[in-house]
Amino acid sequence: MTGTETVLGAPVERREGREKVTGTARYAAEYDAVGRAQAWPVPAAVARGRVTGVDPSPALTLPGVLAVLTHENAPRLADPQDPTLAVLQSPHVPHRGWFVGLVVGETLEAARAGAAAVRVTYEAEDHDVTLTADHPEAYVPDMANGGFPAVTEHGDPDAAFASSATRLDVEYRVPPLHNHPMEPHTSTARWDGDRLTVHSSSQGTTAVRTELASMFELPEDRITVLAEHVGGGFGSKGTPRADVVLAALAARTTGRPVTVALPRRYLPAVVGHRAPTLHRLRLGADAGGRITSLDHEVTTHTSRVKEFVEQAAVPARVMYAADALRTSHRVAPLDVPTPSWMRAPGECPGMYALESAMDELATDLGIDPVELRIRNEPETEPDSGKPFSSRNLVQCLREGVRRFGWADRDPRPGSRRAGPLLVGSGVAAATYPVLVSPCAASARALPDGDFLVRVNATDIGTGARTVCAQIAADALGVPLDRVRIEVADSGIGFAPMAGGSSGTASWGWSVHEACVRLGGRLAGHSGPLPGEGIVADADTSGTADADSPFARHAFGAHFAEVTVDTVTGEVRVTRLLGVFAAGRILNARTARSQFVGGMTMGLGMALTEDSTVDPAFGDFTECDLASYHVPAHADVADVEAHWVDEEDAHLNPMGSKGIGEIGIVGSAAAVGNAVHHATGIRFRELPLTPHRVLTALLEHEHPAGMLGA
Amino acid sequence: MKPFAYVRADSVEEATDAFAAHPGARYLGGGTNLVDLMKLGVETPTALVDVTRLPLDVVEELPDGALRVGATVRNSDLAAHPAVRDRYPALSQALLAGASGQLRNAATTGGNLLQRTRCPYFQDLSKPCNKREPGTGCGALEGVHRDHAVLGHSEQCVATHPSDMAVALAALDARVELHGPEGARSVPVADFHRLPGMHPERDTEIHPGELITGVVLPAATAGLPSAYRKARDRASYAFALASVAAVLHLKDGVVDRAGIAFGALAHRPWRARRAEDALVGAAPTTAAFEHAVDLELAAAEPLRDNAYKVPLARRLALDVLGRLAPPATT
Repeated sequence: MTGTETVLGAPVERREGREKVTGTARYAAEYDAVGRAQAWPVPAAVARGRVTGVDPSPALTLPGVLAVLTHENAPRLADPQDPTLAVLQSPHVPHRGWFVGLVVGETLEAARAGAAAVRVTYEAEDHDVTLTADHPEAYVPDMANGGFPAVTEHGDPDAAFASSATRLDVEYRVPPLHNHPMEPHTSTARWDGDRLTVHSSSQGTTAVRTELASMFELPEDRITVLAEHVGGGFGSKGTPRADVVLAALAARTTGRPVTVALPRRYLPAVVGHRAPTLHRLRLGADAGGRITSLDHEVTTHTSRVKEFVEQAAVPARVMYAADALRTSHRVAPLDVPTPSWMRAPGECPGMYALESAMDELATDLGIDPVELRIRNEPETEPDSGKPFSSRNLVQCLREGVRRFGWADRDPRPGSRRAGPLLVGSGVAAATYPVLVSPCAASARALPDGDFLVRVNATDIGTGARTVCAQIAADALGVPLDRVRIEVADSGIGFAPMAGGSSGTASWGWSVHEACVRLGGRLAGHSGPLPGEGIVADADTSGTADADSPFARHAFGAHFAEVTVDTVTGEVRVTRLLGVFAAGRILNARTARSQFVGGMTMGLGMALTEDSTVDPAFGDFTECDLASYHVPAHADVADVEAHWVDEEDAHLNPMGSKGIGEIGIVGSAAAVGNAVHHATGIRFRELPLTPHRVLTALLEHEHPAGMLGA
Repeated sequence: MKPFAYVRADSVEEATDAFAAHPGARYLGGGTNLVDLMKLGVETPTALVDVTRLPLDVVEELPDGALRVGATVRNSDLAAHPAVRDRYPALSQALLAGASGQLRNAATTGGNLLQRTRCPYFQDLSKPCNKREPGTGCGALEGVHRDHAVLGHSEQCVATHPSDMAVALAALDARVELHGPEGARSVPVADFHRLPGMHPERDTEIHPGELITGVVLPAATAGLPSAYRKARDRASYAFALASVAAVLHLKDGVVDRAGIAFGALAHRPWRARRAEDALVGAAPTTAAFEHAVDLELAAAEPLRDNAYKVPLARRLALDVLGRLAPPATT
């Protein structure tokens, strides 16, 4: 084994870990400067309508209030690429919580008091925030999120379904969900003449700079966006949000550096959510369990600000061999906040529905659900016909079967009891596409023997800077501690965001290339290095984004064990085990953390997380972390993540697939399938909270706990 | 920002005097609810009278066998107190079922009783709420109310009281000790909180200026079998969907004394007097428990989306009663 092999894949500790646990890591709100002001937004108090008047005077008379910005006085901005960023540009109110004002104060307290004092009057209109499968405004869009066609069809799904020996026709429902990263969306902006510097809690500084340049009509080289530490994003910081535009506007208006740290309560309405999805799945199978027809229909909502279509039927284009296959999306524009990316958009809700339906089909056929999936393993990607660059779903399932002890399972529903608890186990598959984008990077050999690698990666808590350093050390063939790394600065060069599970592949590819080039230069160099060292640049445009003749996806399998309390309907996950095939794992420590984090988020989706659309007021009811129930420690008993070794030469120089999202894909279905196994009842709507589970238990007249009532 | 005065009191008299001297004042205990509500603008006190330094942080045994819990005893300390664990297990269980470890370390006994509903409409100044602003209406009635009341609510308010601890105290016949301008008095915990009626803005029977100085757990329920059980959406740090506290004493094969209280069903801990009356003198059979609990819950009037609370409460109660007095299998 050479030295490089020990660097790539090793469980290296994250480089910024000490800074974070000692509190010295600085986040976007913590860049203080002389004269820095704070700002607090004013959210709209109607679900639809327009602002008819704003009286800022009660705010302006308060001590410490510097300015009140509204659509009446805020500087005009060029139209943004993302219409949700057109803040304070018009009196139009597209949904409750839309920002209609911003109060800038000497202190956070002054700004907050000012925001409470601003008097806004509205002309309210009737609103509609309720998604139904037959909503009259629902239409088939051109594209779903990710650029996927809204509809695909192969063969004759209706005829194939009608003539299938076994037919399953079921509907599932996933509620709106929220990312709720620990660090709320925050930006600190400062103007120096016509130069703008922004510290922003973002998943990618390049995209923030591009949007600010266009909106403020500035050359990009006059804008610097920094995001050294980011307290999570889960997709909700993938592109700029209102905070950065408001901070830049307020800083320009007041001539002061301004911080906009969005209050937690305002996040649900303005930073995006996972749109609710209504699924209809029709599966036909022959007596041998081979799928003859697969039809996945998704209806979702978007706002009236822009079209965002959760691509939840897309994973059905990848998963199973089916003689006939149809996938389709419909979207209804409602008076709701604008949905956006949340960890594995499309795959996460889509695979909940598809993998639940597969479990139902297995039950109907009397075939083990693992075996059913193996029987329907496709030769090539069902939708495109392309060969897979690698596909190890079956290996993941088999490894999970072995580790979980699946073979000992009595398949009969309701067959395991422990006092008042019903015990069950379930399985589901996972998939997530391999995405990769071009990126710039540089590597410099320094006279002191160190190497400085610069890449505009964003480390949102994943360990990105650590893994990029490992890739560099590997490519240079040097010890890891000789590699220094600089990230998260738009001045370094263009880079894609930390999203789509593509960051490491994209940044790492350019880091690898720069380091290989530098190695070549160093090999041709003799004598001491010049004072500035020797540098090599890389730009993977044209290579990283070249079309691949292969279908490239990561796969995985989840196994869950649950208990269902027959007294209360409370479901607890006692075990969650995932096995993933995601190419080469570059850092065993941070990768495990990503898998376990994704699985835990899937557990929350299955059992506790729910953003209720308030039909009367038009917003989301759960606006804090006391009411939006992410799993607490007590909910997460035993989560294990494993992976199978996967060699794939068709990916990138590191041989890696993304790992940030696949952990959440399918985990909720595994939990739901386990609940069916425990109870014999199919739940087709998440989350599985006691009110839903108990109601169904009662309907099925289960004996209650100890009293048999 | 609304400026407010801060006064740290060293004695009960100092506290009540300071309160009287600052119209619009609030007593400050652990601050786990009050400070949140101040940030939201729901509470806008002119002064905070900090009572955490008062000499009320002890649990003491009284000569008659009762236990007095000082108002500033922290929830964590009370839950772990050997006398509470031994003699009033329902109280210890209820405390540990509440909030999170961090919050229990800060929250006080008095403050826990005085915490306010977590109804989302109460917490949101942009929406109507008769409790926060009388006369504005009730947002929850037509809005989202899965967590709201099924017993004792009114057109004015369907909020629930969030405390776990108070439910156990109500079942255990505890009394709240108050000190105010008119001297000291005590009120049963079960009568301390109010139903909303036409005045949901009043949570309790406390008089203006009165300070909770302690809670007395009576000798009569000391050492009796008691238990608390709560159902919730996640395993920790979630308010109850329904809960029950019960204390049961059998004598000569029949129920001699029963104390039952429900949580999260009403604007106050719901003392189930009808169920208790039905049980006393009856043999502890499944049928007797069912009859008693059904008698109590017959008064339930669920809202559009919270009918599940009635069977949930029923099953919790039957489970707890069954554990306290395992019914004969015949």
